[in-house]
Amino acid sequence: MAELLIKNGRVICPDQGLDEPADVLVKDGRIEKIGSVAEPVKQVIDAAGKIVCPGLIDMHVHLRDPGDSDEETIASGSAAAIAGGFTTIVAMPNTEPPIDNPAAAEYVVNEARRAGLANVFPAGAVTMGRKGEELTEMALLNLAGVAAFSDDGSWVASAGMMAKALKYARLTGLPIMSHCEEPTLSAGGVMNAGALATKLGLPGVPRSAEETAIARDVLLAEETGGRLHVTHVSTARGVELIRQAKRRGVDVTADTTPHHLTLTEDRVRGYNTNARVNPPLRAKEDIETLRAGVKDGTIDAIASDHAPHAPQEKMCEFDRAAPGVIGLETTLAVLASELVQTGILTWGELIAALTIKPARALAIGKGTLRPGADADIVVIDPAAQWTIDATRFLSLSRNCPFDGMNVTGRAEIVIVAGMTKEV
Amino acid sequence: MWDRKHLLGLAELSAGEINEILDRAAAYRATALDEGKASDKLRGARVVLMFFENSTRTRVSFELAAERLGARVTAMQMSASSVAKGECLRDTVRTVDAMGVDFMVVRHSSSGAAARIAEWVSASVINAGDGTHEHPTQGLLDMLTIRRRKGKIEGLRVGIVGDIAHSRVARSDLFALKKLGAEVVLIGPPTLVPASFTGLGAEVAHDFDNTIHRCDVLCMLRIQRERLGGGLFPSIREYCALYRLDARRMRRAKPDVLVMHPGPMNRGIEIAADVADGPNAAVLEQVSNGVAVRMAVLDILDGSRRDK
Repeated sequence: MAELLIKNGRVICPDQGLDEPADVLVKDGRIEKIGSVAEPVKQVIDAAGKIVCPGLIDMHVHLRDPGDSDEETIASGSAAAIAGGFTTIVAMPNTEPPIDNPAAAEYVVNEARRAGLANVFPAGAVTMGRKGEELTEMALLNLAGVAAFSDDGSWVASAGMMAKALKYARLTGLPIMSHCEEPTLSAGGVMNAGALATKLGLPGVPRSAEETAIARDVLLAEETGGRLHVTHVSTARGVELIRQAKRRGVDVTADTTPHHLTLTEDRVRGYNTNARVNPPLRAKEDIETLRAGVKDGTIDAIASDHAPHAPQEKMCEFDRAAPGVIGLETTLAVLASELVQTGILTWGELIAALTIKPARALAIGKGTLRPGADADIVVIDPAAQWTIDATRFLSLSRNCPFDGMNVTGRAEIVIVAGMTKEV
Repeated sequence: MWDRKHLLGLAELSAGEINEILDRAAAYRATALDEGKASDKLRGARVVLMFFENSTRTRVSFELAAERLGARVTAMQMSASSVAKGECLRDTVRTVDAMGVDFMVVRHSSSGAAARIAEWVSASVINAGDGTHEHPTQGLLDMLTIRRRKGKIEGLRVGIVGDIAHSRVARSDLFALKKLGAEVVLIGPPTLVPASFTGLGAEVAHDFDNTIHRCDVLCMLRIQRERLGGGLFPSIREYCALYRLDARRMRRAKPDVLVMHPGPMNRGIEIAADVADGPNAAVLEQVSNGVAVRMAVLDILDGSRRDK
């Protein structure tokens, strides 16, 4: 029997309300026991001074596969995930071709299995070709292994189509992940609307582009009883709309990103294309409300929206640069440094937003160290100091706004289904 | 005191730096239009004009300014060049830079293009207009014109009228005027004059008739008919009714109001023909000052280039 013992760590499992020194025993790929383990075990990891928690989950990444294998592949994205402490990632379906049919979803599942690193769940498209006109075969996509439905990159602009999608998806129990961006309000915009955009002469994306979309979608979720997940929330009022909806009992969850939690639109100064991201980086007030939203649970999860782009997509005019930044290899360290070291979140709160909460939003049985659960575990050295160096990423892309940042905290050992993954 | 290698915008300049250019331009004004008095201060320098967006007046103005300082000028036809073959901007400018160039004068439809190019090349970059961001030499020639006609800039109230949102001239004027101690009021419909400009120190006004009397200077901007398609205003007729500078509105203005227009003018739309040609207008003087300002910019940048 394959056994593994992780001894002497600070075990944090928000699902069980656990934050205490303990040993974790793994048997046959599953969590066997948490507590004090005395019996002799062949393979032992000494985690003294380290945090032992469920493997991290990133519910929003782009792996560009199929289609843009120079930017990322399922294998390279999986390796980047492991390097960053993520044992489970959800791959968005805006590939070329898009993941809008069961065979395409099976391709992602099979490629991930071949890579043999992280658990990769595809998200299936809501509508065929992500065009917002015709529903995908949601039940068959579910059987093929998708964890959610999303037309990410686009909002389902037709309210009627979104209402049908929310209703129909109830067959599967999976959420509709909505990229809330009203396209006629955001049209042409490349950064947050406001005085800085005006000064730089760049067209702005008003906050209302996101907020009107969130408002519509929570109303539709409320009326249809469908499950809604609002992804990459970037504005203060967006948080408030979700808070109100949750209070009314709407089945809605939400995530925001490490960059929206830490960077403001000021990063665009100098026409820095690595600060071009969709939704755009906002202002200090938005950051503060997003942080409060994570703290009080209005924002369930933190997801990187890892969006790899080839160098030429960023080394160009600002308004022609592709929007998006990568994050799999920096999320943990950036959040630990900016939110935990600073006392804004506890380790338990951060780990919850990266494990059990996204797992619940997706209804996947992960993100926990409960006995019987898959032994997806990460050992974090909370004191490891390092400097982010994009040239050393396992991701095939380098479009990282945190490059050069000094950070504290790093995933040291990453275990998927009981197996230690080396990358 | 000038030690900048590039002229990318007026927002980053100090009042002292702006005044230094204006003083130099004032000195060049006498010779700017006279080939017989051409100087050779830039002899041996190569100026390449890279206009990725069509322009006639600015390109010719830079060409004359460079030649009257003794520089050699190459005007590239960007529309017929590698850009049409799909080459990216970085490769295009680095290719030209690799041939040995002292100055690149760049116009481009993307805001920030000049700043990006400055990161990529060894030549001095002069922004000749980038998207809706800045057009610094136009801003400087407007300052020179105001200073000459009004004797000062500090304490004046300057109205800029028209499509402010999409105007790089309005931004460069605004940044320079604020630095030099003038008040700026931006005038036009709310769709063309967003409230976010108040965050840059400007007053925003939508009622031209009740603002015009407070202005010492009026800069009228060209209204682009293509904005109509975006639904930013309903019709040229309505625009003219509210914002055209014509004889009737001029009667509400200060008698000595200075009227400027960066050109090209739509006569009869944003400005009536008799106003454009009238005694308050300085439209052609702006054009003449443009050559002197561009000579001054080339000269001053050449000085800081040689110091390095």
